[in-house]
Amino acid sequence: MHSQLLRVSDVSAGTEDKPILHDVSLAVGAGETHVLMGPNGAGKSTLGRVVMGDPTYQVTSGSIFFDDADVTNEAADKRSLAGIFLSYQAPVEVPGVPLYSYLRTITQKRPELKMTARKFRARVGEIADQLDMGSSFLTRELNVGFSGGEKKKIEMLQLLLLRPKLAILDETDSGLDVDALSVVSKGIEAYRQDCDGSLLIITHNTRILERLTVDRTHVMVQGRMVAEGPGSLIDDIDAHGFEQFERAGEDGGAA
Amino acid sequence: MSERTENRTQVADVDRSLYDFTYSEEGYERYDDGLTPDIVRAISAKKDEPEWMLAMRLAALETYHAKEMAPNWGPSIAGLDMDHISTYVSPRTKQAKNWDDVPDDIKNTFERLGIPEAERESLAGVGAQYDSEIVYHNMREDVAKSGVIYTTIEDALHDPQWEPVVHEYFGKLIPPADHKFAALHYAVWSGGSFVYVPAGVKVEYPLQSYFRLNAEGAGQFEHTLIIVEEGADLHFIEGCSAPKYYEANLHAGAVELFVKDHARLRYSTIENWSKNMYNLNTKRARVGADAQMEWVSGSFGSHVSYLYPTTILAGDRSNCEFTGITFAGATQDLDTGCKVILNGANTTASVDTKSISKDGGCNTFRSSVVVGRHAANARCTVSCQSLMLDDISRSDTIPAMDVRNATASVGHEATIGRISDDTILYLMSRGCSEAEARTMVVGGFANPVSKELPLEYAVEMNNLIKLEMEGAIG
Repeated sequence: MHSQLLRVSDVSAGTEDKPILHDVSLAVGAGETHVLMGPNGAGKSTLGRVVMGDPTYQVTSGSIFFDDADVTNEAADKRSLAGIFLSYQAPVEVPGVPLYSYLRTITQKRPELKMTARKFRARVGEIADQLDMGSSFLTRELNVGFSGGEKKKIEMLQLLLLRPKLAILDETDSGLDVDALSVVSKGIEAYRQDCDGSLLIITHNTRILERLTVDRTHVMVQGRMVAEGPGSLIDDIDAHGFEQFERAGEDGGAA
Repeated sequence: MSERTENRTQVADVDRSLYDFTYSEEGYERYDDGLTPDIVRAISAKKDEPEWMLAMRLAALETYHAKEMAPNWGPSIAGLDMDHISTYVSPRTKQAKNWDDVPDDIKNTFERLGIPEAERESLAGVGAQYDSEIVYHNMREDVAKSGVIYTTIEDALHDPQWEPVVHEYFGKLIPPADHKFAALHYAVWSGGSFVYVPAGVKVEYPLQSYFRLNAEGAGQFEHTLIIVEEGADLHFIEGCSAPKYYEANLHAGAVELFVKDHARLRYSTIENWSKNMYNLNTKRARVGADAQMEWVSGSFGSHVSYLYPTTILAGDRSNCEFTGITFAGATQDLDTGCKVILNGANTTASVDTKSISKDGGCNTFRSSVVVGRHAANARCTVSCQSLMLDDISRSDTIPAMDVRNATASVGHEATIGRISDDTILYLMSRGCSEAEARTMVVGGFANPVSKELPLEYAVEMNNLIKLEMEGAIG
């Protein structure tokens, strides 16, 4: 298992008064695409945030390794600089912070992305074109007043700009219209090709996966991993839903 | 995207010592502490003033002694012992028109503050005051040719053409009996600026006065008198700073602004007094018909501030916009806000203020909107947003409204908020440290104010925020 990029081993985590994840294990190899599925409230988003280092959740047991380093107790910024990226379901609005200078700031935090102002401008323009974003986007404030779809595009823009080793996409496809969905799919494809990065896609919509080759599928129910299988497991879920796993989750809960 | 925002993120951190340095006042002329008619006569004699000015000073001194000391509605000024404030400290130097003629220590002070550089690059004229006297004053030749006067009140009083003008306007908007510290101001005022913009003249670049208080335990009492004639246009910038001392310092300036019909005046202030300063400043503008008054105000320093720039919208259809930000950290109790008096018909005013409190700092926003009986269809909106960075700081909003015309419309909205954990997580998960994330959010909060400032001042303000925020997180 030492060649895995991300290794979550027997992690239990939750908020102060509520345990959410129970002995969760998951591993993602370099360059692989994984899908994490499960019914609402299964703990999928929590797992994404725990991997990112959201201090709302405490890891009570188990460990998280990234790139062979134990990051279980690292802050989110350290994990980000190490190469973990989390695209949020509902990105926050930060009034008064111009999107462009924000992008410049977070890019400059990474020595490997050092580039001149001119080159940076060109790079941002290139990605914006790729994502069908007008240049007027860039003069606006970070996520302020953007529609849900536009916010997701800005998440994709950051993903392509920062070139992380692992991208966790938390319901990036939810609430998008067909056009926005196709743009986001294009962004994911570009990330796979240009950055050769790993993906952990949290979703309950299989549409976004149609154009991707999925290496592994994980299923979570009630805070536990209840199934893991090849990409074809998705078709099975598409046909039969989560019911079979929910029973397994209940059994696991009783055990 | 403009170069401007990009540049702004690349400004190197300023050294904390930028404002916090002092020079010896050895050899300076310093009058005795305390307040007596003799000291007032001495200041007046030194300036070789007209009789009426001396009479006004002496009357103001009586008013000062007759008025009660501490107000009971705002921050405490008990630490201010007037018997130990020197009201007049003069660096023994003549006013210069060339920086090379300014004594080295004083010139170094202003160079470290970036004043001569700003003058070369983006200003129409500069005045620099050190303690009680203006040490440098200069204006671009083309601006002078257009008839604009930018000088000290002292010099204007010695000019037969301008002495009657000063006499006509001086002390008319802010009468000496306005409050105790206004009376003090008129008794011992020294330095400041006199600006006259003739009718129809639009001054393309801003004029700037910078006030530096170097002497410990001293007061600064500059008077700014600006007259913008009909249809004229001016942007005036005022900057203030002082090094940190243990003894209390006092700033009790007065700013009187006359904006005639169809004229426009923008008055920008970046104030960074040291945290032993009592800032009891009075500012007032009278605005004529179809004229426009714009205030942009950034307050970062001082131990205690009482500051409420007042706008009297006297003429019909006149307009006032007030944009301000106040930053209160440890040991600071800042009582700031503004007053708007809408007297003309169809007058409009918009007040937009922000405050940031941290480390136990205390911010009070106090506003007063008065709509007069004849102000038909007057419109005024007041918006006040407060950001609190921890549990030990304090933020209060005290709006007062007095509306005497039934067709007027007045609105007020206030919000008090904190930086959300989700925002910090979002920025951290893109690689910003926690401190950087907080600084970014605070800078964004202040952005609507900084973008109203000329670039150099926006940069200075952002650097001040960075400096203040560095102290916030260990």
